[in-house]
Amino acid sequence: MHQDGVLAPYRVLDLSDESGYLCGRILADLGADVIKIEPPQGDAARRIGPFPNDVPDPEKSLYFISYNAGKRGITLDVRKPSGRALLLRLASRADFLIETFPPGTLDRSQFNPRLVVVSITPFGQTGPYCNYKASDVVLMAMSGLISLIGEPGKMPLRVSLPQSPMWAGMYAAAGALIAHYHRELTNAGQHVDVSMQAALLWALANAPAFWATNRTPPARGGSRITGRSMTGARMRAIYACKDGYINFIIYGGKAGRRSNQALVDWMARHGLATNSLLNKDWNRFGIETSTQAEIDEIEGPTAKLFMKYTKAEFLDEAFRREMIGYPVANARDILDDPHLKDREFWQSIYEPALGTQLRFPGLFARFSAVDPRRFRPAPKVGEHNNEIYEGELGLTSGEMARLQEGEVI
Amino acid sequence: MSANSKNSALEGIRVVEFAVFAAGPLVGKHLGEHGAEVIRVESRASLDGFRVHYPPFKDNKPGIERGGSYALFNDQVLNVTLDLKQPKAVSLAKQLVSKADIVIENFAAGVIERLGLGYSGLQRVKPDLIMLSSCNQGQTGRRAAQRGFGSQLTSMSGFTHLTGYGPGKPPMLLYGPYVDFVAVGFGLIAVLAALDYRRRTGSGQHIDVSQYETGIQFITPAVLDAQVNGRVHEPQGNRDPHAAPHGVYPSRGSDQWCAIAVFNDNEWSALCRAAEKPEWAGDPRFQTKADRKTNEDQLDQLIAEWTSQFDAQAIMERLQSAGVRAGVVQSVPDLFSCPQLLHRNQWVRLSHPEFGTYEHEAPPFLLSETPAQLRRSSALLGEHNDYVFEKILGMSHAEVQTLKDEGVIA
Repeated sequence: MHQDGVLAPYRVLDLSDESGYLCGRILADLGADVIKIEPPQGDAARRIGPFPNDVPDPEKSLYFISYNAGKRGITLDVRKPSGRALLLRLASRADFLIETFPPGTLDRSQFNPRLVVVSITPFGQTGPYCNYKASDVVLMAMSGLISLIGEPGKMPLRVSLPQSPMWAGMYAAAGALIAHYHRELTNAGQHVDVSMQAALLWALANAPAFWATNRTPPARGGSRITGRSMTGARMRAIYACKDGYINFIIYGGKAGRRSNQALVDWMARHGLATNSLLNKDWNRFGIETSTQAEIDEIEGPTAKLFMKYTKAEFLDEAFRREMIGYPVANARDILDDPHLKDREFWQSIYEPALGTQLRFPGLFARFSAVDPRRFRPAPKVGEHNNEIYEGELGLTSGEMARLQEGEVI
Repeated sequence: MSANSKNSALEGIRVVEFAVFAAGPLVGKHLGEHGAEVIRVESRASLDGFRVHYPPFKDNKPGIERGGSYALFNDQVLNVTLDLKQPKAVSLAKQLVSKADIVIENFAAGVIERLGLGYSGLQRVKPDLIMLSSCNQGQTGRRAAQRGFGSQLTSMSGFTHLTGYGPGKPPMLLYGPYVDFVAVGFGLIAVLAALDYRRRTGSGQHIDVSQYETGIQFITPAVLDAQVNGRVHEPQGNRDPHAAPHGVYPSRGSDQWCAIAVFNDNEWSALCRAAEKPEWAGDPRFQTKADRKTNEDQLDQLIAEWTSQFDAQAIMERLQSAGVRAGVVQSVPDLFSCPQLLHRNQWVRLSHPEFGTYEHEAPPFLLSETPAQLRRSSALLGEHNDYVFEKILGMSHAEVQTLKDEGVIA
């Protein structure tokens, strides 16, 4: 097995801000040599929390560390002419460049024509909103996702951790690798224009299908799932349990039949199953034609049943009984999950900036032909300046000093 | 474009899918958008859930060719039918794989092996095969075999806990099987990386994607915070620790809202000017970001009173022209007339025998030299049986007919 990752031969220049970090992080996970390029004072996103003990420190932003682990880091002011010249030298031997400048800022024509240039912006490089400023909540709004989250009739909701940079970074990496495949066969690089708004559209799951099919607008249901029955029945999905919440609904189809019957059997053990549930023929039950009365009948005893269990107990029982349902987990539950331990999912990395060992989410996929590569901690500001400028570009210490004096690096 | 470039980046790549619902098929659709020939294997005996169990159905009339979600996730893909319970069908599936580069499957762990189509067996007919196995919790570990759906897995992956009206308030759903679509993106990336690896080394490989583990990538800061500060992130409604005002504010009309985010004092001044509210700019409760965070309830109330008088679109335009981050809370219908999405040709209308036409979703990235091409709507069940078995596997029309009569191609 190869030790050095699926994309080991390639180099990535990562000029992105927080809206593009994940793209480079993914390529680094896959073994590429990713160089994070920050302005001389460091990325502004180093000011995004959380921080240890809530004390802001540009070297200790857990947000920055999360999505820049695995990268090397240098500083460079690409707005200065000498900085731009250095960028071109770096780019002449790079395979990918990731950037998040406002549309039109970066002139691609001077770059090595093999380069795959990935641009991530809120709305894309052109179009009526291309110069609009955005942030996560604005993009969650403009993508339609917010309209589908929250209680009907109440304020729609976002997820309380930015998700738009995740979707954008993920799809940017996919676009980059499609362009890369083409480049390796033809020697021609190209431009990948990623819209964060558009990247969020798949987060809406099948909601667009309701409009495309019947011009029916899908609606948010709070803690209830909508759109599963043609009668308009809504199904409660979030149930309180002893120490939190569980996500469970009844399903149709073969898997649903098994799961629904297991639920009734479990209720029966606690004397909670009603006669009509005990006698229900799940082979004749169709979720797509279920009525609100049918759904409501199941809800009461289900709520009583789940209150008898903790999240972890529910997960064990659901697994054993072949029921479709999972706990509403928080980060602590996830860190403690024995299944992830079985899979050796976590990568334990010593994070020098924090002086501590941290468990990072491991690689997003297991590749049978390569060992999971251990990634390096996130770079400090300019940590690899000497290694790259002197070691690789061959700058002298005098040239380095002049660049530092001119605040280029 | 250079002389040796191709119209589509993945032209010449053939993909076979043994896949259901969204997490598998959508990976194939994405490969198809860039020129791969993607063949989905289905069977009348075991139809995709989106053909039979899930609305919307065209005109609310159920039918196996009328499922709107099936249409959304399966364009650009050819369709053949094989009843994989029959040995002859499994053997045909293997022949098809021997002519392919990539296999995608997303059954529960262990199912594909029981069908006789596990990676080691397929590798015997296609030594450099790339195979993506995507399931809820991965191919190994104590709960590997657990069956489940993305709508619930989204909760185990931490997203639902982070969504609610405030700390300690009940969790809210993210509408659909959010995490399935995260796994689609990561599965696609993994397959593309493996294609490059094969081109360089000649080796294929088996890729194990746990949808759960892909979801955790999207909440890494919360995972680190839990370790470093011992803190479990709680939902914050629409608030953000780094901004105020920050949220979704009511605008004129029923269920109309506008998102506004102000991260610093300059943006706050710009908002006050754009709203023509000098009294806000001078109000000591709102001078600095710290002041605005302290008095956020009162601030939100004032902003909401102002926004309620206007259309969301007008608020967005007014604030954006002052350099303030703002955006309409678009409904799903709004997305189909959003000028920015239309500018990017986000929706591609293609004809389909049952739907008439259907607006398919183009990828969120535009490639300058090899743009995505959405050429075909979702296929009818078995629509490409003759093409695939005759043209790709080289069988005679009579042989194919016999297999249809025997219920193998069915």
